Amino acid sequence: MLTADNQPRPPYKTYQEWYQNQDPAHLIQKSRDAENIFRKTGITFAVYGHADSSEKLIPFDIIPRVISAREWRKLAQGIEQRVLALNAFLDDIYHKQEIIRAGRIPRALIENNDAFLPEMIGFKPPGGVYTHIVGTDIVRTGEDQFYVLEDNARTPSGVSYMLENRETMMQMFPELFTMNKVQRVEDYPYLLRQSLASLAPPGCKGKPRVAVLTPGIYNSAYYEHSFLADTMGVELVEGSDLRVIDGKVKMRTTRGYEAIDVLYRRVDDDYLDPMTFRPDSALGIPGIMDVYRSGNITIANAPGTGICDDKAIYSYMPEIVEFYTGRKPLLENVPTWRCTEPDSLKYVLEHLEELVVKEVHGSGGYGMLVGPTASKKERADFAEKLKSNPSNYIAQPTLSLSTVPILVNKGIAPRHVDLRPYVLVSDKVKIIPGGLTRVALKQGSLVVNSSQGGGTKDTWVLED
Amino acid sequence: MLGRTANGLYWMFRYIERAENIARLIDAGMRVSLTRAGSSDEDWAGVLQSAGVREAYDEVHDTMTAANAIDYLLRDTANPSSVMSCIDSGRNNARMVRTALTRETWEATNECWIELKQLLSRKVKAADLPEAIDVIKRRAGLIRGAFHGSMLRNDLYNFSRIGTFIERADNTSRILDVKYYVLLPAVSQVGSSLDNFQWESILRSVSAHRSYGWVYDAEYRPSNIADFLILNRRMPRSLAYCFEKITSNLGYLAEDYGERHKAHDTAAAIRNMLKRGSITDIMDQGLHEFLKDFISHNNKLSAEISEGYRFYQ
Repeated sequence: MLTADNQPRPPYKTYQEWYQNQDPAHLIQKSRDAENIFRKTGITFAVYGHADSSEKLIPFDIIPRVISAREWRKLAQGIEQRVLALNAFLDDIYHKQEIIRAGRIPRALIENNDAFLPEMIGFKPPGGVYTHIVGTDIVRTGEDQFYVLEDNARTPSGVSYMLENRETMMQMFPELFTMNKVQRVEDYPYLLRQSLASLAPPGCKGKPRVAVLTPGIYNSAYYEHSFLADTMGVELVEGSDLRVIDGKVKMRTTRGYEAIDVLYRRVDDDYLDPMTFRPDSALGIPGIMDVYRSGNITIANAPGTGICDDKAIYSYMPEIVEFYTGRKPLLENVPTWRCTEPDSLKYVLEHLEELVVKEVHGSGGYGMLVGPTASKKERADFAEKLKSNPSNYIAQPTLSLSTVPILVNKGIAPRHVDLRPYVLVSDKVKIIPGGLTRVALKQGSLVVNSSQGGGTKDTWVLED
Repeated sequence: MLGRTANGLYWMFRYIERAENIARLIDAGMRVSLTRAGSSDEDWAGVLQSAGVREAYDEVHDTMTAANAIDYLLRDTANPSSVMSCIDSGRNNARMVRTALTRETWEATNECWIELKQLLSRKVKAADLPEAIDVIKRRAGLIRGAFHGSMLRNDLYNFSRIGTFIERADNTSRILDVKYYVLLPAVSQVGSSLDNFQWESILRSVSAHRSYGWVYDAEYRPSNIADFLILNRRMPRSLAYCFEKITSNLGYLAEDYGERHKAHDTAAAIRNMLKRGSITDIMDQGLHEFLKDFISHNNKLSAEISEGYRFYQ
């Protein structure tokens, strides 16, 4: 929030003035009020393996993160470029595979990848869109300096927190929103529904019927699934509600079976269709892939997009962006060592104490090593894992992330954050101004995942 | 509307209704132990039986004590009909149908669960029991209030109401059935203090000891008590009242959807039987037989509703 000479950075100026006139005890109380709002509303997530406390609150920090309109524009351009490149990449690898033939990406990395779905080869999803919803993870390292951490093209979560955080802030501090001109995020559900409906299958007559597919109430993101269905005004369905009848996917209603045109699915590819993928899955809809391939339903995001979330693919993103857009990437990639390459592996093993090592298919902050904060033994143990299966890992330097203020008992303190803006893709790319700011609540920590004790904040993009 | 959503709403309201009725049963049981000299432990056996968990209780407890019975009814999660289990299941169903509920209704349900989870996290001391019962009734009342004040009167509402009244009819008939013998004319000695006490306990279990006095001139008579709980159409926990509500809600669904199911005929038949029936006939026919029949018809209706509206695969 502060510049080098201890002045508030321009976007924080109004907030800072307001903050100085607040009673700290009152703010701590407000912070508790916010927690009660979340608990009452049931905005919880499940941490797997914690039977005693199966529903947890994500800690919410009441100091907003503020981004200037200028910085946002730069960021948004970079994200749009990247998202368009991702869609072009997916279309290419499931059709002509020009990027492989041009020698820019090794064939094995695509074709031996579990997230690459042969079922998608030669198939074009309605409107040619693969990634209807993207949540790009960004970190800021300095003025106008952003890096993309992950692309999250499969099923990005957290957007309900973006919306509920804003709702909570507006309830608790209405005066702040008259003092600052903050760009709206509240339209997200309408935009999402419009965007999904606009990509209904060509054969769909009349108003497309949209539904959200959830694994059910025990899923960690169930709250979000129900929130999105509710705010979009569409049905929230489970696999057991759906059945393929006469070449259409239909849901069992109190009046009989009714067809669905667009399915916003929040289950992974593996669980989508037991006839095509995991036969043991009870979550999916037998035969849905056949309906999909015959063009009678839109699945968002398209099956097979998960390959973009692979961290080894990530390391090629600069090449991917350049290959499809013909321009240099506007946003930086974090330099990445692919441990599958012997030289890189050697370097990584020699510099473990400086690096973050991640599993290529990992997510949620699980199974990673944060070199600088790990103990000697943790590093040694991890080195063994690395050596025994190098292709499972990539390594990145720890960036000197910028910090934002959070409220603590003694006032405010700096913490590391990342930012996940949400992007909707149809015939155009729409980026919601703001996103979810995740914050590492532990002093010095770089891990912001909610499963690892991270919290969230409201994110303001100011108007010019 | 999804069949699963209809099912979720139906069961959400059945469970909340059950939780409240179990709390009432405990309340009535407690009252008995306070007003009667000597051991009251056997009275708790009757309460457990009214709750339909007598046998399950015996499987986990060797002796019948007030403390064990209360704990089993209130907070034992191994008992699917304990207040805590009902609230858990009710809330789980509410979570499943979250998109069908107004924010007020969901929050009232969630807050009920949060408070009871805290309140019932450890054994409730005898001295704190009245307050605990109050909290349960108050919380259930808040859910009902939020529901009535905010839900659209559409099919969601109808399925919720049907769940409430199927459960209530079931509960009232069970309460009567467990005590049917004290209502039999041959056994009862009008005016004996023992009977008065038993009757009052029945009325208390359905929160009707005061209203009974207004309707029947404050005079306990077994046939009047049976009439009140079975045939009185002004009494909100009577079988007749429940079936007025069930048939009207099923009627709205038929009108909305333009289709009738077996359930409509079954419900209409039960309603007409209750509307035309006289308490003398019922007593002559045998109160126990009547109640047994009723419970089984009520269950059959529940199954027909699930089938007609595609609650399950």
